[in-house]
Formats: sequence, structure tokens, C-alpha cells
Amino acid sequence: MANVLANFSNIIIPVLIFYIVAYGLINKVKVYEEFIGGAKDGLKTVIGILPTLVGLMVGVGVLRASGFMEFFGGMLGKLTEKIGIPADIVPLTLVKMFSSSAATGLVLDIFKTHGTDSYIGMLTSILMSCTETIFYTMSVYFLAARVTKTRYTLAGALISMAAGLFASVALAGIIVGG
Amino acid sequence: MLNYIWAFMILVGVVYAAFTGNMEAVSEAALSSAGEAVSLCITMAGVMALWMGLMKIAESAGLITRLASGIQPFLSFMFPHIPRGHTSREYIATNFIANILGLGWACTPAGLKAMEELAKLEAERGNPAYQGKENKDLRIASKEMCTFLILNTSSLQLIPVNMIVYRTQYGSANPAAVIAPAIIATLFSTVVAVVYCKLMDRR
Repeated sequence: MANVLANFSNIIIPVLIFYIVAYGLINKVKVYEEFIGGAKDGLKTVIGILPTLVGLMVGVGVLRASGFMEFFGGMLGKLTEKIGIPADIVPLTLVKMFSSSAATGLVLDIFKTHGTDSYIGMLTSILMSCTETIFYTMSVYFLAARVTKTRYTLAGALISMAAGLFASVALAGIIVGG
Repeated sequence: MLNYIWAFMILVGVVYAAFTGNMEAVSEAALSSAGEAVSLCITMAGVMALWMGLMKIAESAGLITRLASGIQPFLSFMFPHIPRGHTSREYIATNFIANILGLGWACTPAGLKAMEELAKLEAERGNPAYQGKENKDLRIASKEMCTFLILNTSSLQLIPVNMIVYRTQYGSANPAAVIAPAIIATLFSTVVAVVYCKLMDRR
């Protein structure tokens, strides 16, 4: 099953590219000219978000390197263990809000220490599948619209993340019986 | 909001590092993160140009319109005030579809374009902060932007391909065991997001 899925991910890009170009040709689109026009647009958007990315990644880098995230996560973890959320999960949840790749580092660490099929391994797997990088997405997307007041977006994102966390704890408990 | 979050990260990071003797690590991280952001952008620029080029072809060929029409009822439900046929609908639809299918590389370009189009929609509505390119007025997010972002951050991806790959790498007896609970958890967090957006939208 995993192989099927991995293969599916591998073929989807070439198939998609083929399909779009062929579909364009059939509909008599000047495919190359349209492609160049779109590519130019895409580059403009990337250059527009570069300053945010620098700002955001420096912020996250500084906070992580200072050791504050682990300290804060460890402290919260002592409280959350009482409601079935292992201490390791707290820093993971916090980091996932900022950076997917940093979270992946922590996930692999948890898999190494606890195994993938333990309660905490299962909880990690589900949690990472149902959450997104809230702060990263918000800052990059809002920058594209040059919006500074984000109103109730963060509250909504956090509520839905909490819902995901709650569901993950419940489901991991049912599956592994931890 | 982002002003405070960003300032918090920098200030707390530096102060905490000063007390724990991590100053060297912080200065190293500040410099390397800035560089990382640029190299990420360079990687992203290629993908973005490729994807936007393809999307342009798909758009001119009418493919996007056809694809997007499939989830129009859902869009009309979530974004009742975006006029039919507005460009933002296409990008939102593309972003959602890419998200659901787990095509991470395709989500961001469509999402960024969707936000630009939603900003244009605000300009068309006569919101003064959104008029003109160099306007420095404080821009407040429209309800559509909030809804779009909340749905995006609620995770829409149905099959957690990455997670299955990691589980395989670390010797799971059944790497795909995560699929069913992941779908349930994702649906749950998305439903909560939808309900929250609808409640806020009413005010």
C-alpha cells in the first residue's frame, strides 16, 4: 500500500504536466507562449514573498536556537500529560505551527525513540497528517494580499488545530489502546 | 497580529538565549535562516514558474473552469459573497483541490494568487485601503480571506503520503494504518473550521 502511494506520488507530476499540455494543444492554445506568460507571473509572486520569508525564518530560527521552544514545550508537556498528551507532542505541535521541515525532524526523532506503532508514534502520525503550518501559511498568504490585520483568522486556525489534536489523541487511543 | 508574533519570537529568543548561554547558536541561526529563506525562494521560484506556466495553459484551455465547477457548490456555501465567475473562485478551487490531493507544490502558488484576487475583489468593492499599488493604508482582511486561510490551515489533505513514507522508513509493521484515522481527524478539524467560519461570517 505504501509503495502504491509512493508510486502514485511519483507519477502524478509527469502525468499532470502531460495532461495539461495535451489538453491545451487539443483546445488550440498557444501552449508555449501561455507557459512563458504564466512563469513570469509566478516569479513575480515569489520575489514578492521573499522579504516575509527572510523575516519569518529568522524569527523561527532565533526562537528555536535559543532553546526557548523546548523549554516552553517541556513545561506545557507536564500539564498536558494529565490529559493523555505525551510531553514530546507539545513541542512538536508548537513547531508544526511554524515549519513543516522542522516538525519532520522532531517526528523522525519520536519514531526513532518510541517506534512508529506505539501510542505516541501513532498519535504523532495522525497529528502531523491533520495539521498545517499555521503561522507560515498565514504570513505568506496575507503578505500576497498585503494585509496586516488578520482579524479572526488565527483564532480559527488554532481552534481547528486543537480539534485535530483532540481527534488524534482519541483515535490513537482507540487504535493502540494507550 | 503578525507584528507582535514576530517581535515576540525575536525578543524572547534573544533574551532567553542570553540567560541560557545560547547566544552563539542564535547569531548563527539568524544568519543561516536568512540564507535559508533565500535558497528556499530560489527553489520555490522554479517550481512556481513551472506551475504557474502550466496553470496558464490550463486556464486558457478552459481546464480550470471545468475542474473548479466540481466544487462550486462548496465554494458558494463557504464564500456566499464572491460573485459568480470571479477569478478568485478559480484559484481558491485549484488551491483546495491541490490541498485535498496533497500536491503541496501546487497549493502555495494557487493560494497566493487566490489572495491577490481576493484583494482585487476588495478593491472592486470600494475598500479604500485596497485602492492603488503604493497605498500604505492598513489593510484589514476581508471575511473571504479569513475563511480561505482558516480552511487552508485546517489541513485538507486526505492521504498523508509523507507520513506513510516516514513510517515505512522507521520500520512500521503497517505504515498505511495512519490513513483511516488521518482522514477522520482531518475531516473533524475541517468541519470545526467550517462551523467556526460560518459563525464568524454571520456577524
